[in-house]
Amino acid sequence: MSLATTQSIAEIKARNKELIQEVLRVYPEKTAKRRAKHLNVHEAGKSDCGVKSNLKSIPGVMTIRGCAYAGSKGVVWGPIKDMIHISHGPVGCGQYSWGSRRNYYVGTTGIDSFVTLQFTSDFQEKDIVFGGDKKLVKIIDEIQELFPLNNGITIQSECPIGLIGDDIEAVSRAKSKEYGGKTIVPVRCEGFRGVSQSLGHHIANDAVRDWVFDKVTPESKPTFEPTPYDVAIIGDYNIGGDAWSSRILLEEMGLRVIAQWSGDGSLAELEATPKAKLNVLHCYRSMNYISRHMEEKFGIPWCEYNFFGPSKIVESLRKIASYFDDKIKEGAERVIAKYQPLVDAVIAKYRPRLEGKSVMLFVGGLRPRHVIGAYEDLGMEVVGTGYEFGHNDDYQRTAQHYVKDGTLIYDDVTGYEFERFVEKIQPDLVGSGIKEKYVFQKMGVPFRQMHSWDYSGPYHGYDGFAIFARDMDMAINSPIWKKTKAPWKEVPKPKLLAAE
Amino acid sequence: MAQSAEHVLDHFELFRGPEYQQMLANKKKMFENPRDPAEVERIREWAKTPEYREKNFAREALTVNPAKACQPLGAVFASVGFEATLPFVHGSQGCVAYYRSHLSRHFKEPSSCVSSSMTEDAAVFGGLNNMIDGLANSYNMYKPKMIAVSTTCMAEVIGDDLNAFIKTSKEKGSVPADFDVPFAHTPAFVGSHVTGYDNALKGILEHFWDGKAGTAAKLERAPNNKINLIGGFDGYTVGNIREIKRIFELMGIHYTILADNSDVFDTPTDGEFRMYDGGTTLEDAANAVHAKATISMQQWCTEKTLPFIADHGQEVVAFNYPVGVSATDEFLMALSRISGKDIPEELARERGRLVDAMADSSAHIHGKKFAIYGDPDLCYGLAAFLLELGAEPIHVLSTNGNKAWEEKMQALFGSSPFGQNCHAYPGRDLWHMRSLLFTEPVDFLIGNTYGKYLERDTGTPLIRIGFPIFDRHHHHRSPVWGYQGGMNVLVKILDKIFDEIDKNTNIAGKTDYSFDIIR
Repeated sequence: MSLATTQSIAEIKARNKELIQEVLRVYPEKTAKRRAKHLNVHEAGKSDCGVKSNLKSIPGVMTIRGCAYAGSKGVVWGPIKDMIHISHGPVGCGQYSWGSRRNYYVGTTGIDSFVTLQFTSDFQEKDIVFGGDKKLVKIIDEIQELFPLNNGITIQSECPIGLIGDDIEAVSRAKSKEYGGKTIVPVRCEGFRGVSQSLGHHIANDAVRDWVFDKVTPESKPTFEPTPYDVAIIGDYNIGGDAWSSRILLEEMGLRVIAQWSGDGSLAELEATPKAKLNVLHCYRSMNYISRHMEEKFGIPWCEYNFFGPSKIVESLRKIASYFDDKIKEGAERVIAKYQPLVDAVIAKYRPRLEGKSVMLFVGGLRPRHVIGAYEDLGMEVVGTGYEFGHNDDYQRTAQHYVKDGTLIYDDVTGYEFERFVEKIQPDLVGSGIKEKYVFQKMGVPFRQMHSWDYSGPYHGYDGFAIFARDMDMAINSPIWKKTKAPWKEVPKPKLLAAE
Repeated sequence: MAQSAEHVLDHFELFRGPEYQQMLANKKKMFENPRDPAEVERIREWAKTPEYREKNFAREALTVNPAKACQPLGAVFASVGFEATLPFVHGSQGCVAYYRSHLSRHFKEPSSCVSSSMTEDAAVFGGLNNMIDGLANSYNMYKPKMIAVSTTCMAEVIGDDLNAFIKTSKEKGSVPADFDVPFAHTPAFVGSHVTGYDNALKGILEHFWDGKAGTAAKLERAPNNKINLIGGFDGYTVGNIREIKRIFELMGIHYTILADNSDVFDTPTDGEFRMYDGGTTLEDAANAVHAKATISMQQWCTEKTLPFIADHGQEVVAFNYPVGVSATDEFLMALSRISGKDIPEELARERGRLVDAMADSSAHIHGKKFAIYGDPDLCYGLAAFLLELGAEPIHVLSTNGNKAWEEKMQALFGSSPFGQNCHAYPGRDLWHMRSLLFTEPVDFLIGNTYGKYLERDTGTPLIRIGFPIFDRHHHHRSPVWGYQGGMNVLVKILDKIFDEIDKNTNIAGKTDYSFDIIR
């Protein structure tokens, strides 16, 4: 059991406050002042976590954040499988994001599906000097010739596009007209825009609004016979199949999922979504914008849900059902009952191995709060958490529904801070990204990647919870962590002894 | 419901059950507006034809699945090869997140690097303040001995002047005046990661040798008998550099490995995170000017660095990723000639063992046809090795290879009876390779992890050699250079050949008469 649970809340708070002061001492004065606003110890009952967020990262500190391009191409648009997404600019951005997010899909890759291909305009010096619009025109023609079954094209702007004054909107309009109204979407997600991936999500949402929904009016006829139970899954990127293990539950309770945004999604699904009766929103951070838009323009209500861990799944199924009639409400109860034996078996198997273990998280815009319930279902405790690109509304949700009194909160954490926090708090598990994974494993701290599920998954839904439990167990209870110290060098660590 | 606590099914098996399959079929039929399956099949077959290949090779603007990355990745890779050096990339911050992820996914190691986090205001006013603040923060937080600056395309497009910015930052007290901050402009829209490696290394040597950007006296060369070695951008840097050191030590040669990142990409798990580890000391980097000669293992990674070194009065010798018997012979003989040291018997015996292994296995590899893609030097080295094995490297493709590379490759093919049907493809991508594999099939493909898509689509078995390798673990720890490295490459190729033979002869009662126990 971790030390954290052997201390009183007051002691933990005092220690965390001291830790914050300690890390701030390394910074030059100006930086310390800025970073201080992003670090806090949560006080129960407060409406938010008491940190500033969604502000510029400080130069030179080793932020974990990415860019707007990563938020648009990497997150929102990239998974739409039947469209071709051009990484427009130099070769690197598309190369580094090629196939790395594990957005699962079914299709014939290279023929009618394109998610794991890297389409780039591979800008050269002459494209910077003379502009890239003519090249873009030719690229679209070549795509049409070589990939005739694509259902649309998006242009994902890299940094230079906005700096050299290219008019990708004009190119998109002209080529769309030339190809009979084909959907061609220019996205202004240059990496220097905004402070993180987050603005890229917003820009990508707006691009759907302006270049896909512009063809859809509230009176447009759907391509299928509507039912009163039509819903769309918004903000699930089907990492390791997450959207599938979610969809199956919604369908089992009697709903009909007419669209997935955007994991394993298609252009037709995006276009059909304004016909949904309810949008169910998993990743609030990256897709609240389009949900609000559909509410305003098409009158579709939206509802946030959480499919990590049985407690939150039960709560979410009932919440979603509350928007529908008794048939669906009964359906939700039927689903909950159906899976209860699985939940009981998973908890019976894994909880004894994980009870009391402490976790520190640092993830993107949703999981720093959303996975907390799943850990708690296994008897684990999240003692520190923070968002790479969360906003204040994320910290509000975190404070009001998820974190416990005394939890250490770190927004846009720097490499230095995260290492010091983990070193001092000695959690039993850290959950963060690939850039952090090996740092903490070197320190002898078990780790799981909580963006890519460390190449496992799905983690959503009941089926996913079993995998989540198995993975956390195999990380924490791997025999390898007992071997990090050479036996002739073994130095007893009082902290760890107390934790045994 | 297929899931259970006793036998947890994850994505490998979970979705293959009838519940999920039915769900996915319904989704497709009802909501995806799918293409007619017959049409999908027709296009799939068409994309295999010579006609499609012709259109594919006529592409002028579109790149699909390139086998190259951008300059700053190479700059970061080179910079971490110096003692306690923090790479600092001036420009947008997302780029740095990408380089770090990319390197970590290949080496399964931490990758430390900072950004100056330029945003819209910096795009308008320039990134000077980001440099001033960034250097101060990095210096205080991460206590480096050197900060090596390179650039993203954003900073290059707006024309930020690194030399002036660093000078101003020092004047503002970001770092001490005598703190080493070498720099290199590394625009992503010129060349590739191998160019960035070259520029960064040259920038660092220039800094130490030519007066630290006007703040110190230029070094006066006092020749000694040391040899410098540059590995170039190399996914096998950990194994290769260690093998090279072993060879130098066996031969009794005094040496300096420049940009030695073999330790920082292979740190132990023992409770301590080493942000910096090993690396060329700054003293050695400066003193490298006095060496007798500099050897580059990769010509195309040092196109600017080697002439710069030659201008300082040293002999320079470039290889093209030497793999196998003859390439290693040439490398060792060059070392011997330059150093005046004999090649020890131990290396001669290693050579004999490699020849022995090649002779033992020759029957299985002779005449086999290969396709290779990767960085220009890697392609050359592997093609040369295949030729001496009696195999035919039919298609050799390098997205970041140029005309000169093509000519050198064709000359190599011309020098061997096994090279007569071989062809080099500079500037092409893996979608071109796909057409080549369909229209002129080969027995095996050699390339990085992305080759698995080609393996899936064309059925050509993939032998993973290159960068990045994301989906196999730890191969970077073993060398591919030296006779022992050649042995590793040989075994890797043979393992795949034997696996394929077994796969093709294992149908009971049909083909398994050839399912031999002894091969």
